[in-house]
Amino acid sequence: MSEHSTYTPGSGIEKWLDERLPIIRFSKEHLMDFPTPKNLNYWWTFGAILVMCLLVQIVTGVILAMHYTPNIAMAFDSVEHIRRDVNGGRIIQATHAVGASMFFAAVYIHIFRGMYFGSYKAPREILWILGVLIFLLMMATAFMGYVLPWGQMSGWAATVITNIFAAIPVIGTPLLELLRGGFSVGNPTLNRFFSLHYLLPFVIAAVVALHIWALHVPGNNNPTGVDVKDSRDTLPFHPYYTMKDLFGMVLFMIPFAWFIFFAPDILGHPDNYIQFDSQVTPAHIVPEWYFLPFYAILRAIDFNLLFIDSKLLGVIFFGGSILILFLLPWLDTSKVRSGNFRPMFRWFYWLFVINFVALTYLGAQPADGIYVLLSKICTAYYFIHFIVILPVLGRIETPRPLPTSISESVLSKSHA
Amino acid sequence: MATQTQHSTTRRDFLFVATGAVGAVGAAAVVWPLINQMNPDASTLALASIEFSLAGIEEGQSVTILWRGLPVFVRNRTAKEIEEAKAVPLSELKDPATDESRTKEGHENWLVMIANCTHLGCIPVGESGEFDGWACPCHGSQFDTAGRIRKGPAPTNLVVPPYEFINDTLIKIG
Repeated sequence: MSEHSTYTPGSGIEKWLDERLPIIRFSKEHLMDFPTPKNLNYWWTFGAILVMCLLVQIVTGVILAMHYTPNIAMAFDSVEHIRRDVNGGRIIQATHAVGASMFFAAVYIHIFRGMYFGSYKAPREILWILGVLIFLLMMATAFMGYVLPWGQMSGWAATVITNIFAAIPVIGTPLLELLRGGFSVGNPTLNRFFSLHYLLPFVIAAVVALHIWALHVPGNNNPTGVDVKDSRDTLPFHPYYTMKDLFGMVLFMIPFAWFIFFAPDILGHPDNYIQFDSQVTPAHIVPEWYFLPFYAILRAIDFNLLFIDSKLLGVIFFGGSILILFLLPWLDTSKVRSGNFRPMFRWFYWLFVINFVALTYLGAQPADGIYVLLSKICTAYYFIHFIVILPVLGRIETPRPLPTSISESVLSKSHA
Repeated sequence: MATQTQHSTTRRDFLFVATGAVGAVGAAAVVWPLINQMNPDASTLALASIEFSLAGIEEGQSVTILWRGLPVFVRNRTAKEIEEAKAVPLSELKDPATDESRTKEGHENWLVMIANCTHLGCIPVGESGEFDGWACPCHGSQFDTAGRIRKGPAPTNLVVPPYEFINDTLIKIG
């Protein structure tokens, strides 16, 4: 969006550089002068918070890799070595482990913010799709990272998750052996997971760059969902949003730091401090909290449907629960973006949030009794929200009148 | 120049497509070994068969051994367990198999099965669940005294690996 640039190279050197690699011009256009809606609330700071999370994970991860040994005989001990012997290792390891949880907490807020304010609607479909892709890459990275300490939860997570691929007809078993590098999870598995866990964050960084590129074509959505009409609706990104984002980051660091310094293990499982034993599964295995909703969906399917057995069907629902997010821009038929102006959508949005939290809770419960039935109901509702409620709502709902512009909505608020 | 572009296919087009096709085949041929290196290596495949002595496993006792890195249950079943397994009508089974088909003739007390649940690979806990067999702690699958799936998300019975009796107290798995 070069039309917003006010950049004129000052010195001779800047002019020389600008004609060869206009990197200062690019930074000024996209990091400083970029016109940003002036009504963005704090939910919009999570994009910047997520960039910070990725950087924290990369920096701490590169450091941990200097001390970690990806071999089944030594991996478990090397993590303990980091926590006990390496200078400051206790804090760095805790930051990386807690950082994964904080990263997912932030990404869930970011996703649900997009869902409420309709940030996935035209012309931001590609932006949304890239976001879902980042979410998928994050899940893969987090899963492989979780395997590296080689505790009981690590090993059994690796066993269960790779087994999901075995449900695919015909190619399932060869694919499973290809992924594991053996008939069971072992040293080849650990070794390749370490390699890929190191690679994927950089792939994520690349997709984040595309995500921001796709954001900077139409510009930010905003709480009213009304398009930017003229320069009165916007503020330059710097200093207005650089400062707001920084303040958001500082607030976000408070719980982050609390976990690191006071409760680094509270989000983990004691079983992961027992080295992996391929002959004994812990009595109650659960994934990390951020995978629980999808895990609940996987477990809820314990029945066959026509010629599809329960295992494959569970995997189809599990995969479908994430892949359906790619279709969200076309499933929501309403032309109004922001949930603030959609009286019926608001109710169903919060019902969806509650249902998602319920799935999180159910994923952590044992797979018997009432929990199985509740998981089935919540799984059904998860899909009904996307496949039935969203398409129908757009047709039957009468949205509230939209403000004519962002500045009008801001001014009417300040007068009220 | 205009007349040239009207030609539907030229010698140049053919060479262009042929070069591209050879290039694509070449790229695929290079990619395959890069993926194939992930498959089980020679040292993993070398563990394909093992011998195991049954001597010392009392009636009602179960041991877990490793075969190709996979845990394998070897259980010396009690007479009651065998009876229970035989009494189940096939119509009640999700993955119908007779008790005889899961053991070797003349050695019906010995049950040899890969210990990974056929759902997602956890190790079921022995002598538990509603069917006196195995119950998987991960996703709630339950197996009977012949290792057949009776309840829960697992699609098939626990897998009986290929094995044979060399003599009454020695088996060869794989």
